[in-house]
Amino acid sequence: MSAKLDLKLHVWRQKGPGDAGRFETHEMKGVSDHISFLEMMDVLNEALIAGGKEPVAFEHDCREGICGTCSMVINGEPHGPLKATTTCQLHMRHFKSGDEIWVEPWRARAFPVMKDLVVDRNAFDRIVQNGGFISANTGSAPDGNALPVPKTDADLAFEAAACIGCGACVAACPNGSAMLFVAAKASHLNHLPQGQPERAARVLGMLDQADAELFGNCTNHYECGAACPKEIPVRVIAELNRDYAKAALAVEEPRAAGGGDG
Amino acid sequence: MTRFQKALRSSIGRKWVMALSGLALCGFVLAHMAGNLQLFAGPEKLNAYAKGLQDLGPLLWAARIGLLSVFAIHVATALKLAAENRAARPQRYAVTQHDTSTLASRTMVLTGLLVLAFAVYHLCHFTWHVGASDAIAKAVAPDAYTLASGGRTKDVYAMVVLGFRSPVIALSYVAAMAVLALHLSHGVSSVFQTLGCTSPRLECARKWAGPAFGALVFAGNCSMPVAVLAGMVGSEVR
Ligand code: HEM
Ligand code: FES
Repeated sequence: MSAKLDLKLHVWRQKGPGDAGRFETHEMKGVSDHISFLEMMDVLNEALIAGGKEPVAFEHDCREGICGTCSMVINGEPHGPLKATTTCQLHMRHFKSGDEIWVEPWRARAFPVMKDLVVDRNAFDRIVQNGGFISANTGSAPDGNALPVPKTDADLAFEAAACIGCGACVAACPNGSAMLFVAAKASHLNHLPQGQPERAARVLGMLDQADAELFGNCTNHYECGAACPKEIPVRVIAELNRDYAKAALAVEEPRAAGGGDG
Repeated sequence: MTRFQKALRSSIGRKWVMALSGLALCGFVLAHMAGNLQLFAGPEKLNAYAKGLQDLGPLLWAARIGLLSVFAIHVATALKLAAENRAARPQRYAVTQHDTSTLASRTMVLTGLLVLAFAVYHLCHFTWHVGASDAIAKAVAPDAYTLASGGRTKDVYAMVVLGFRSPVIALSYVAAMAVLALHLSHGVSSVFQTLGCTSPRLECARKWAGPAFGALVFAGNCSMPVAVLAGMVGSEVR
């Protein structure tokens, strides 16, 4: 059984970074409730193209909830109303016929809008380049399981490693803070033996970069954790607060975090 | 700039500054309340306590300057962080939804500034006696009260009772404490996260410490104006 939805869509249109931008309203008739939100946007774009108009620019890649590119704030919620779900995995059956839907880009100074719903998220890459890695000697691969990792540590690391870097945390934060992202990337490595040598340099370096990108400051609203499609727990932020204080107070100089491009 | 100085200016460093200065202010709020609750023990106890504080002399001034500095650091850091946070989202959303953030968490700057305004009002009222009535002016004369020990001192007890007999003043204190309780309900729970407490066993404490501390401060501090207004305390003061 499939139902057809009539929707009123208000989509953010912006020609480029310098443009002020505005909402454009589209009446969508007979949208199948089987399709995903992105497919609904595809339907809209087909109609726009057929009418000789410019299609709405939005980012997407895997369409299976793992790449993190499909950034849209839907009715005030990053990735829409469904918990633990990316926009590409959100299906139209979660909407009702007659719904009005507002679609906006991630809004943060550190994520400037490139066009329509597409924002520049390079700030995240620069943060990772400043410590979100381990230095490993190349050569033959080490034996599997040669380095014991306790199950609890592996689980904690994995919870954080689930981060797909989509930026929903920044979009959801009333302060435009990237703390959940920074903390997830740090926590992922800080719970593993491979992450220990660069632990202090990592937290100092990554936070330094996040501040330089002009993200906001965390004031513990926890909206990030609620919006995260991978349900990264805000516990990782508390870990980062602790690790950062330790690194800042440590007597010895932290090992420089180098590299980054490779 | 050393690593430590730089860290103090970072987002997390200032988060620590907010938490530690906030905790120090909480300590003051508790001590201040505990001292004042001696109102219920009668004029002798409260006036002797007030005289004891006065007699600390230079120590009292050191404490005052310390408290003022902590207040200044807490407020200045809060305003700077708030300005940065506003700037971090130059374009607002057309639609916003709140999930985990609360009225308290979203109004920290407002409730903080109201607490600051109240602190100034409170000093004008009970420390500098701005616009005091004749009866209050008499009560705060340095020899208004004779202690059991024979020493003479201000009658703080009478001053408080006379002050809180005015319903407008008593209710303004109750309202201010509601605002402070709201600030603390987010603030104190927030401290656990800021100071890096991740223990799952403390999950419940983290959640309830703020509301519980806020409620305690509200109940304790409001008990005084309410008791005076209800005529349960201070019938000996005319
Ligand atoms: C009796 C006075 C006060 C007490 C006991 C107090 C206590 C606290 C506490 C415990 C925190 C939590 C810190 C954390 O996030 O870990 C806090 C945060 C905060 N306070 Fe106060 N505060 C007081 C006065 C003020 C004043 C006068 C302001 C003026 C603006 C203010 C503004 C703030 C703000 C904006 C935050 C949130 C900061 C953040 O989360 O980054 N507070 N306060
Ligand atoms: S398109 Fe890859 S997560 Fe949505």
